[in-house]
Amino acid sequence: MLKQIEGSRAMAEAIGLCRPEVICAYPITPQTHIVEGLGEMARTGEIKNCEFINVESEFAALSVAIGASAAGARAYTATASQGLLYMAEAVYNASGLGLPIVMTLGNRAIGAPINIWNDHSDAMAVCDSGWMQLFAETNQEAADLHIQAFRLAEELSMPVMVCVDGFILTHAVEQVDIPEQADVDAYLPSYEPVQVLDPKDPISIGAMVGPDAFTEVRYLQHYKQTLALRLIPEYAADFKSRFGRDSGGLLRSYRADDAELIVVAMGSVNGTIKDTIDEMRADGLSVGLVTLVSFRPFPTEALREKLVRARNVVVIEKSLAVGMGGPLANNVDLALRNVAGAPQVHSVIAGLGGRPITRTSLHRVLRRALVQPWEGSHFLDLNEEIVAKELHYVRKVRRSGPTAENLLRRLGQAADEAAVKTAV
Amino acid sequence: MFQVRFHGRGGQGVVTAAELLSVAAFLEQRHAQAFPSFGSERMGAPVVSFCRIDDKEIRLREPILEPDALIVQDPTLFKAIDVCQGLKSTGYLLVNSSRSLSELHLDAIANRLPAGHVLTVPASELALKHIGRPLSNAALLGAFARLSGIVQLKSVAAAIREAFGEKIAEANVAAATAAYDAVAAASAAA
Repeated sequence: MLKQIEGSRAMAEAIGLCRPEVICAYPITPQTHIVEGLGEMARTGEIKNCEFINVESEFAALSVAIGASAAGARAYTATASQGLLYMAEAVYNASGLGLPIVMTLGNRAIGAPINIWNDHSDAMAVCDSGWMQLFAETNQEAADLHIQAFRLAEELSMPVMVCVDGFILTHAVEQVDIPEQADVDAYLPSYEPVQVLDPKDPISIGAMVGPDAFTEVRYLQHYKQTLALRLIPEYAADFKSRFGRDSGGLLRSYRADDAELIVVAMGSVNGTIKDTIDEMRADGLSVGLVTLVSFRPFPTEALREKLVRARNVVVIEKSLAVGMGGPLANNVDLALRNVAGAPQVHSVIAGLGGRPITRTSLHRVLRRALVQPWEGSHFLDLNEEIVAKELHYVRKVRRSGPTAENLLRRLGQAADEAAVKTAV
Repeated sequence: MFQVRFHGRGGQGVVTAAELLSVAAFLEQRHAQAFPSFGSERMGAPVVSFCRIDDKEIRLREPILEPDALIVQDPTLFKAIDVCQGLKSTGYLLVNSSRSLSELHLDAIANRLPAGHVLTVPASELALKHIGRPLSNAALLGAFARLSGIVQLKSVAAAIREAFGEKIAEANVAAATAAYDAVAAASAAA
């Protein structure tokens, strides 16, 4: 049913249609509305046979989900930012034990400095933990990805994180087609665990593994993710045949087949990039886009196939590996490793801590990439003036104080000076 | 695409206003996207929200920088921030006030925009009369439906009825209708 609905509510309804049996989460902005919705649906009986468990922390939330999943229940949780870091140990346990938990990550920056707004730092912090990570472009896709995620997780017995941009998607009200229960039931079979804790047939899960088998356990985890590279497109195709929409898959391309310059990005910024590309195409510029949905597993071959004929690739990402650069750009480099005549890869770090990524700025950076491509990381819309002032100050004064507070003070001064100028 | 920016103060319901407008447009089979300004909102602080309306899918996710219309819940905001920043020269401006444009010192702005595109409406007073509380959203949206014609009054009313229980909804619909009629009367007089 087509509804004009808040993204968080749409996701809650889609998750409810997946018939979760245990939901356990701790509130943290911007994920909170999703579990509020689920809590209400569990209480009113809209989701049947579902226990909503209140806990005291994110560490407990995922630990309860691990226990529930090991006992054979379809388990769900959600978090963001510091909450994900607080449950980090359990994140590795869920994947290491091979438990098919689905978790929504309302993508948000990580402090310090504390920041509640959107970027992909949280997802990147655990991208190598053994969870699959799927990124939604729209709220329709966010809702649909959860339905596909339960099937994928349970088929492979491996957890899935559905990554949705905090605020930009979670708090946006737009139209979403909420599927019918019968159609979801037909798409998503009931959970048949490959391992289950049952008092009548006792087993242990979570053995200590020494050097004799640790490599093999890890290899099999990695192997399962390579199997996901086949299953993700298959489940997306099945989803399309039943629900009539393109949602999920490994990646999608937009006007990229003949493009000289191809942009690669993840999440909600792809919509703004598409509008920018249409405007650049109207000006006769040869630009296209590849939207990466699956970051883990990383679709190396599918991405190489899309990029290999371009001259330049610009990776726009909402994350920064401090001291290295863009982690997504680094992964895209991997897809082109050892390819003769491979396109040049250029990295753009954008939208950190919720800074808007505008068409104006995208036009500027993409047009520059066509004529004057750069090495290293380009920080979109960096305020070079306050950075230069701060660097100068730090060189002169040993006890220069905290960076965040210094920059905020400089911004305040600049605003005051501008106000005085306007008044004069 | 038609883009509306709402200005208010924390607690006045700018987020709800944008959502209601998006639902009204959705009920007319159009695409609409409403979203807040994503701040750490607190009571009384200046806040904004946004609504885009189009006949095709809306992919754009940037904040609205060049609005086609501004809806201002609190006229004291004009002294606090640059409310009209980016407003298109063909744009609309609707202000919640029982005072005239001249009394609010908005003549200069009104002169920059097409005739009949700038208006004050006593939305809080209409809300007090019909709802019993100074919640200006419904009246502003009713007035906006008449001023801009971007959505119909009956769609605004339907959106209100979807969002609230019957008693509160009917009071809000009455406020929206009264504001719509007030704008119609004002434009007939002009």
